[in-house]
Amino acid sequence: MMRLPKFRFEMPGTLAEAAAIVAENPDRTRLVAGGTDLWPNLKRRHQEAGCVVSLAKVAGIAGIAGDGATGVTIGAMTTLAEICENDMLARDYPGFVRAVRSISAPVLRNMGTIGGNLCLDTRCTYYNQNEEWRRSIGYCMKAEGTVCWVAPGSSRCWATSATDSAPVLCAIGATIKLVSTEGERVIDLAALYQDDGIDYLTKRRDEILTELRLPAVGGAKSSYWKLRRRGSIDFPVLGVGAMLELDDQGVCTRAAVWLGAVRSAPVACADAAAHLVGKKIDENVVAEAAKLARKPAAPLDNTDFVVAWRKTMVERYVDGVLRELAGLPEKVKNPRHGIACV
Amino acid sequence: MTERRPTELEGQSPGGKRKGLKLIGTPHRRVDGMAKVTGQTVFADDFVAPRMVHMKLVRSTVPHARILRIDTSLAERMPGVLGVLTGESMPNTFGILPVSQDEHVLCRDLVRFVGDPVVAIAATTEEVAAEAALAVVVDYEPLPTISSVAEAIATPEPQMHDYADQGNIHKVVSMRFGDVDAGFAEADLILEDDCFFEGNTHLAMEQHATVAIPEPDGKITVYSSTQTPHYLHKAMTKVLEKPASHIRIIAAPNGGGFGGKSDPFNHEICAAKMALQLGRPVKVCLTREEVFYCHRGRHPVQMHLRTGFTRDGRMTAQHLKTALDGGAYGSYGVASTYYTGALQTVTYKLPRYQFDSIRAFTNKPPCGPKRGHGTPQPRFGFEVHLDKAAEKLGICPGELRLKNVVEPNTVTANYLKVGSIGLRKCIEAVMEGSNFKERHRKLPFGRGLGLACSSYLTGAGLPIYWNHMPHSGVQLKFDRSGGIAAFCGETEIGQGSDTVLAACIAEVLGVDLMDIRLCVADTDLTPVDLGSYSSRVTIMMGNAAIQAAERARELIAKAVAEKLELPVSRLVFADRRVFDAEDPEKGLDWPDAVIAAESKFGTLGTTGSYSPPRSPGKFRGAGVGPSPCYSYSACVLEVEVDPETGLYTVDHVWMAHDVGQSINAASVMGQIEGSIYMGLGEATMEESAFRRLPARLSNALVHKFPSLLEYKSPTFLDMPKMTTYVIEDPDPNGPFGAKEVGQGPLLPMMPALANAIYDAVGVRVDQVPIGPHMILKGLDDKAKGKPGRYGPGPFPAFDFGEPLDVPTLDEGGDGKATNNAARGLREDRGTMKIIKS
Amino acid sequence: MTDGMTAAVLTVNGEDRMVVFPTHHTLLEVLREECALPGTKHGCELGECGACTVLIEGKPALSCLVLAAECVGRRIETVEGLWGKDGPHPLQTTFAELGAAQCGYCTPGILMTSKALLAKNERPSDPEIREALSGNLCRCTGYSKIIEAVEWAGAIMRGEDDGMPTETQVFGARTKAEVIDD
Ligand SMILES: Cc1cc2nc3c(=O)[nH]c(=O)nc-3n(C[C@H](O)[C@H](O)[C@H](O)COP(=O)(O)OP(=O)(O)OC[C@H]3O[C@@H](n4cnc5c(N)ncnc54)[C@H](O)[C@@H]3O)c2cc1C
Ligand code: SF4
Ligand code: FES
Ligand code: FES
Repeated sequence: MMRLPKFRFEMPGTLAEAAAIVAENPDRTRLVAGGTDLWPNLKRRHQEAGCVVSLAKVAGIAGIAGDGATGVTIGAMTTLAEICENDMLARDYPGFVRAVRSISAPVLRNMGTIGGNLCLDTRCTYYNQNEEWRRSIGYCMKAEGTVCWVAPGSSRCWATSATDSAPVLCAIGATIKLVSTEGERVIDLAALYQDDGIDYLTKRRDEILTELRLPAVGGAKSSYWKLRRRGSIDFPVLGVGAMLELDDQGVCTRAAVWLGAVRSAPVACADAAAHLVGKKIDENVVAEAAKLARKPAAPLDNTDFVVAWRKTMVERYVDGVLRELAGLPEKVKNPRHGIACV
Repeated sequence: MTERRPTELEGQSPGGKRKGLKLIGTPHRRVDGMAKVTGQTVFADDFVAPRMVHMKLVRSTVPHARILRIDTSLAERMPGVLGVLTGESMPNTFGILPVSQDEHVLCRDLVRFVGDPVVAIAATTEEVAAEAALAVVVDYEPLPTISSVAEAIATPEPQMHDYADQGNIHKVVSMRFGDVDAGFAEADLILEDDCFFEGNTHLAMEQHATVAIPEPDGKITVYSSTQTPHYLHKAMTKVLEKPASHIRIIAAPNGGGFGGKSDPFNHEICAAKMALQLGRPVKVCLTREEVFYCHRGRHPVQMHLRTGFTRDGRMTAQHLKTALDGGAYGSYGVASTYYTGALQTVTYKLPRYQFDSIRAFTNKPPCGPKRGHGTPQPRFGFEVHLDKAAEKLGICPGELRLKNVVEPNTVTANYLKVGSIGLRKCIEAVMEGSNFKERHRKLPFGRGLGLACSSYLTGAGLPIYWNHMPHSGVQLKFDRSGGIAAFCGETEIGQGSDTVLAACIAEVLGVDLMDIRLCVADTDLTPVDLGSYSSRVTIMMGNAAIQAAERARELIAKAVAEKLELPVSRLVFADRRVFDAEDPEKGLDWPDAVIAAESKFGTLGTTGSYSPPRSPGKFRGAGVGPSPCYSYSACVLEVEVDPETGLYTVDHVWMAHDVGQSINAASVMGQIEGSIYMGLGEATMEESAFRRLPARLSNALVHKFPSLLEYKSPTFLDMPKMTTYVIEDPDPNGPFGAKEVGQGPLLPMMPALANAIYDAVGVRVDQVPIGPHMILKGLDDKAKGKPGRYGPGPFPAFDFGEPLDVPTLDEGGDGKATNNAARGLREDRGTMKIIKS
Repeated sequence: MTDGMTAAVLTVNGEDRMVVFPTHHTLLEVLREECALPGTKHGCELGECGACTVLIEGKPALSCLVLAAECVGRRIETVEGLWGKDGPHPLQTTFAELGAAQCGYCTPGILMTSKALLAKNERPSDPEIREALSGNLCRCTGYSKIIEAVEWAGAIMRGEDDGMPTETQVFGARTKAEVIDD
């Protein structure tokens, strides 16, 4: 059996206590929420922790409040399953719920939290491996090594952002609240991420994500398409989160297209979005926007499927998701009927 | 995924009842069913012994190297560490086949792949053992590495094993049955194809585990997740240098095997050695990564097929070449090599046949037997090839196959004796079920149907070690209570063999399954059964069980007849009674019948055993392929392909399987459905992929993703609708007519998918697994006016030399080769015991 | 929680038991090693297979990805607790009858997930069963007998079926048998 290394374990009851413990030694301390990302990483020894602070008993950081008319707040410790089962969210934020439903499998969603999902470590097939395996490649830059095997000439790590919920949340303009002993701040979720496989979050290690805030829906529609090999369990190989607002004439007033799993952070397809805004949305406009969405994607050979094909899929999936939002006829089929992508 | 059940209730009870059988043929609860749903089944890792310690293996982190220095001092100083072993302690080699005894329990001078074990550490807890294992330092001098057959051909030096046929080519086979040239000359159409089948692995849910318990008198008992306790016993004896009678192997119920627990493994023998050294029980349980290193899974095989057809669709000759990437050790490889050619002839009439094959050593985990052992790869090639031929000849692919089905009770060009063959019925069933004739080539673009067939052996006709002893034995012991204890070396790996054993006995003696207590897979207590491989258990153990039960019935009948003053011929054994057929009221309850027999004959016990019939082939290599009988399957698969992405879904599989006779109808269905599942995985996603790093920076050659997450296997949401047909064409060699079902129905899945994809979008993918990018590439190529084919390049250049010539029966052959001398061979018995020339 | 050890009461299958275990040990390890309940299996210890599924507060959870220390005061159920005062749980009966457990290694996890599903949804559809069980891998059965066993157990629990196997029920409606006369 793979086992965890030893660590000091704390289960504080309040946010202040939790923040205080983390602040003692932020570099050697890790927070654990559902543990579905942290525990495997510790078992494989590519992350380490002198102290693990569980947020499970911290009061007041779980639950869903509000609705699409006013905006919604979701506590960081809310489980993915609770989000999947919430009728209001399904009605007002279907794209977000679809994204959350596509995370792994139901049993894992009973444990995993939205806060953990947003802070999820970046992934790479050279990195998410046991200690012994990583020894056999001499490790890599992200942990213990010096070279990035995905791009050996590169001075950075290209591990991919693997969170399913972030792309669509960025597309609808979600914000988050961060709390530490030094106070709290609210930032755009998009600002939490940076395109670096190692330092993929902009937040300090002593900051605790306590809340996710979804803006009022207005006339916006959102959706999420996920590409993965199997109908369940698998991380995204590509995620497309999109938001589209059309006026009565079918002219686009607001648009956002975000890609997941093609860089170390969720990436905005600004050109694609700009191409949509102000236009009456038809198949040609969508197709052109989809073409523009290819550019910011930089899939590399560190996840499932063949790289060149994945790049093609960016265009096809953006096309698919935008058609869905604009009510245009389906061209690219959702590969897993009703399950993984819908 | 629509509705899973056909609305109509078309099921009918299979043929058992019709033939006067009572239990056989009905669906009944497995004898181990309740234990498995209550958590009571004790798998190897569930076993605990007092004073037990835990062992970890330190495995090589380099693909090919000389060991320069092993430093365990840091590990030894860690609190809790109790023992350390290195290769020095176990000089003897082992391996499953007598011809490839090429493994050391712990590597002594060379490591040959990432994962090869070098050091063993025992400690008070698994945790300490694991930490200590990480603290062991091994210095290596790297050697050049080989990652493919082509590289092996190009890199004869340094040799990975000095016993290889040449350089790093482990095995070279070339055999010609009949005048193949004349066959091709008769052909109106000659078709050639290059195909590739990627390697994949068993991925049993249970990770291998072993508990070794030393006994105060110097004996040792080993409890292990193995499919072959008998062969593990042999290997242990050799390495531990102890008398076999001092070593007892008990196979725990396996949490899935599929061939992955059929070799004797390093960790098993090492645990025993460590236990003897420490005088304490030792447990080892592998991590999932280590299971990928044990492997012995499907060989990656490149193939070249050349087949002659007449205008009306008969085959005149076939020349098949296969190249197997064997990994770092021999394992079952010699057998696997032959198996990539042996069974091409038992489905369709192939009057003349040539087969050339090589198996290469590469610096990867050893390949071996996975469900279908060596035969799914050429089956894939053959069935895709036939789909193309059918199109070229303008014949329906189903008709083409029906035209060529082998006749029952015939001998093939390569001297395999085919008995019953229900293939025709299988093909008809799936064609009808899927409405194939009306829909094939007529569905809208993006939707397609594919047809494929297959065959598999029901037990290897020859044992791994040549001998004249039975392949399976059953001993029965009768208690005055009416209880029957059945002893047999068979191993339950999930396939239901325990239930088959009990059912055969219950049927013959007319008792309840509950009357029978099983004692299985224990080399001290049970008669040998060679193991759970090659679909041999039902037929061999079943026949042995029937014989033992019939012998007991004879004794009991004599005693009851005497007591009731009736002729023996009038007695019926049924419903836990022995009674008069003409006056059923008159009889004895089962326990009284047993008491009558014990009173008359003394303590009651019988034995039964089974050896397969001799096969007609007498040439070198004839040992692989013969079987008492062959099972047959046919499959139609429906696919929907998205031409925009190449992504596809398998919507429906119709699978017909000729099982001869169901023993337990519920298990038969389960095996067919499980085979569809595993075949689907191999067709669509499962692959053992390896990667190198840039050569200027690293010598690494690693398994790409030895994990359950990245090695993709289908989930609940990936399974199509299935319709299964159980075809019962009883074979006189099978127990109650039964043939195998555990492996055969896997085989047609892969070619059926490739053929269905062609029907859907006109793209030929000549390799598996079939990725969406392959289809999209094919479609793009077609749009550019190129052929829409995705597949491997040409077969690697290799000189097979003069083939072994074996004239066919039709040509007046007698099963012997005519040019043994020219090939430098002596007359051989035709077994797997191959004498090196 | 001194010295990296935890001494606590775990409530497993309705019974409180005092256990002392290293704090960094997962529930899976503590169930198998300290509680002598090895019915819960493991296939990866990384959340990838579902073999270790138990119920925590009635909900399926992967015992390899939760510390036992996190489970103190929570209701834990394992396969060993399925067999109740009244005999086997309907799921146990139907799994055994249909051969939904072949090697049986994935079975404890699948039984526990199924139990939670039936508690929440007394008449789950085929897609709902697949979805609920989609984190549990099985390499033997091809899943279909498992789905049928869950459906059948649902019927028994709703009082629509007496749980006595009929031949068609066990043999399944999907299979057709064909007998070739000699
Ligand atoms: C087999 C498998 C499949 C998976 N598939 C998917 C998938 O398809 N899509 C997907 O998106 N994810 C997937 N995951 C990843 C993961 O399970 C989910 O992302 C889950 O939501 C993580 O949440 P958690 O609460 O379990 O995180 P944890 O493991 O508890 O935490 C994850 C990280 O976030 C940090 N963290 C957690 N909470 C906070 C907080 N409140 N403030 C600051 N930092 C915090 C932790 O320190 C840790 O570094 C998968 C995991 C596994 C094992
Ligand atoms: S992208 Fe490069 S540095 Fe980052 S984890 Fe992968 S191999 Fe390591
Ligand atoms: S052992 Fe927990 S999910 Fe595999
Ligand atoms: S029954 Fe063997 S893994 Fe499911």
